Amino acid sequence: MIETVTQIGLPVDEQLCIKKNRLIPDDGGNGRRISVITGIHGDELEGQYVCWLVQQRIQKHPECLKGTVDIYPAMNPFGIDSVTRGIPAFDLDMNRIFPGDTDGDMNEYIAARIVEDITGSDVAVDIHASNIYLTEIPQIRINKITADRLIPLAKKANVDFVWVHDASTVLESTLAYALNSRSVDTLVVEMGVGMRITKEYGEQLTDGIFCLMKEKGIWSGDVHTDHIPIVCVDPDEVEFLNAQVSGVFVKTRNHGALLRARDEIGLIIDPLQGTVLDRVVSPCEGWLFTVREYPLVDQGSLMARILKGHMDEARLKGGVIQ
Amino acid sequence: MKKETLYEIKAIYRDDFRVTGYTFGEGEKALCIIGSMRGNENQQLFCCSRLVARLKRLEEENALVPGKQILVIPCANPYSINTKKRFWCTDNTDINRMFPGYALGETTQRIAAGIFEAVKGWQYGIQFASFYMPGAFVPHVRMMETGYQDTELACEFGMPYVVVHKPRPFDTATLNYNWQIWGTQAFSLYTTNTARVDEESALQAEKAVLNFMSRRQLIKTRAKGGYHSEIVHSTDFISVRADCSGFLKTYVNPGQMVEKGQLLAHILDPYEGYIRSELTAPVHGVISFVGDEPMTYENTAVLKLIREKS
Repeated sequence: MIETVTQIGLPVDEQLCIKKNRLIPDDGGNGRRISVITGIHGDELEGQYVCWLVQQRIQKHPECLKGTVDIYPAMNPFGIDSVTRGIPAFDLDMNRIFPGDTDGDMNEYIAARIVEDITGSDVAVDIHASNIYLTEIPQIRINKITADRLIPLAKKANVDFVWVHDASTVLESTLAYALNSRSVDTLVVEMGVGMRITKEYGEQLTDGIFCLMKEKGIWSGDVHTDHIPIVCVDPDEVEFLNAQVSGVFVKTRNHGALLRARDEIGLIIDPLQGTVLDRVVSPCEGWLFTVREYPLVDQGSLMARILKGHMDEARLKGGVIQ
Repeated sequence: MKKETLYEIKAIYRDDFRVTGYTFGEGEKALCIIGSMRGNENQQLFCCSRLVARLKRLEEENALVPGKQILVIPCANPYSINTKKRFWCTDNTDINRMFPGYALGETTQRIAAGIFEAVKGWQYGIQFASFYMPGAFVPHVRMMETGYQDTELACEFGMPYVVVHKPRPFDTATLNYNWQIWGTQAFSLYTTNTARVDEESALQAEKAVLNFMSRRQLIKTRAKGGYHSEIVHSTDFISVRADCSGFLKTYVNPGQMVEKGQLLAHILDPYEGYIRSELTAPVHGVISFVGDEPMTYENTAVLKLIREKS
């Protein structure tokens, strides 16, 4: 059943509506609830396919649905419609205004209503796609203050990597922080790349969502978990590579590759002069879980993230030396 | 006056990105002033250009107090000003959400780190700042409530108001906040406008900075005029919100006294022109902000007031 979470009148002949689809069994279900959320950043579309796939599978076996599934495909309809990461009329990152404020401006009001609507869920999955610049292995990111609570759940979500990051004051304005503070176990997924849909990742995460649903008593059907994540709790295990020069990046390794120290990840070239400005190489042995996708780079642009060590685990996940 | 490049990045198809600083006097790092950090902050750049011209003259007239150094950085983000983009051109990140920066991090983190390296360790710091909502503000000095703020010092600018602001999570990555944490007495100066240059309020800002410098014994000239500042908290601002969307027609200006119930604005239907809503003053007070966008969204704070003290 399509429901309006909140709506607000726009100046000229239009309502801004945040919609969700609520799926419940005919008997009303057991009261358990999962929320599948995406589209906070308008340029991240990987979650669109997941929202669709989850519903397709439920429609095929409605008898297996025991609880409530809420699908929120477009938290930021303005952004999605205009191919914009933030909220276009305000130049605002929606994931920096939570938990919102019902007495605040339009965006804060919408944010508050969204939090209000999701609160009460047993689990929530907030699906992101990094951004248009980077491609990511399917992964879950967890703030270390919720690590004990969320790692066991994240391990069941069929992703390849769970990354526990340091707490940051700025991240207190995210939807995940707001929901976790309200006792909704919320997992933030990053996978694929902005402005694209990677079907195999969508299918992989959908399998994971059904595992979570089974875990919470929302789904009684068969589930698949082919992926056991590598869990990283030590920030020193992640190596960040930033561009040393501005130029055009041409990658030679794909995400998921296993790297030896000094392996080349790509070249930064100068098309004006026909020269190579820099060779981007791995400083260590490890697993390339993030790699630059957008070719144009400024000095300092993020080129790659490498999980140091864990080579045997990564090899088991299909990582190969390319 | 010494002009120097404080930070630079090489680009592939554009001229190098440069942050330029102007130093006046020699000796103790007394006052650092920074202007536009976003691509729409033309007024903030204009204010700094006036100060550079004024300080150059004062230095030539031997009117700077010896042993005190003043640094002015008119623009921390020329790339965005030149392309008329509010944030960083490539990835739309905001330099003023990256402080204290990270020299090995992403581009705007590096720029923030480069700027912070140049601006940290000064006794006083002034940033010409802008509000995220488009509109006109009553000129004021704003300070973060970090526990290190000295509001009495802020009164030395002689601006009508000193606003103390309790930082929200995203404020912790601003220059003002980090300046304070690192031991600089930091002030954000808000003039009336942002994108549009307003000479009158720029002149007021220039006088305010000179008053502050005079009272802090950084220049030999005497402070002139100015207000006896009223200290208010940002939570004391009362928002008048649009209860519907439409064309916004306002009837008041920043700094204007209003009576409770006084008509402040109308919201008009964009198709049929009738009055959709009438916005009135909820209290006796002074108008502190007037939105200037032709259209408003529902729930937007289109006006703000400071309640009149009884």
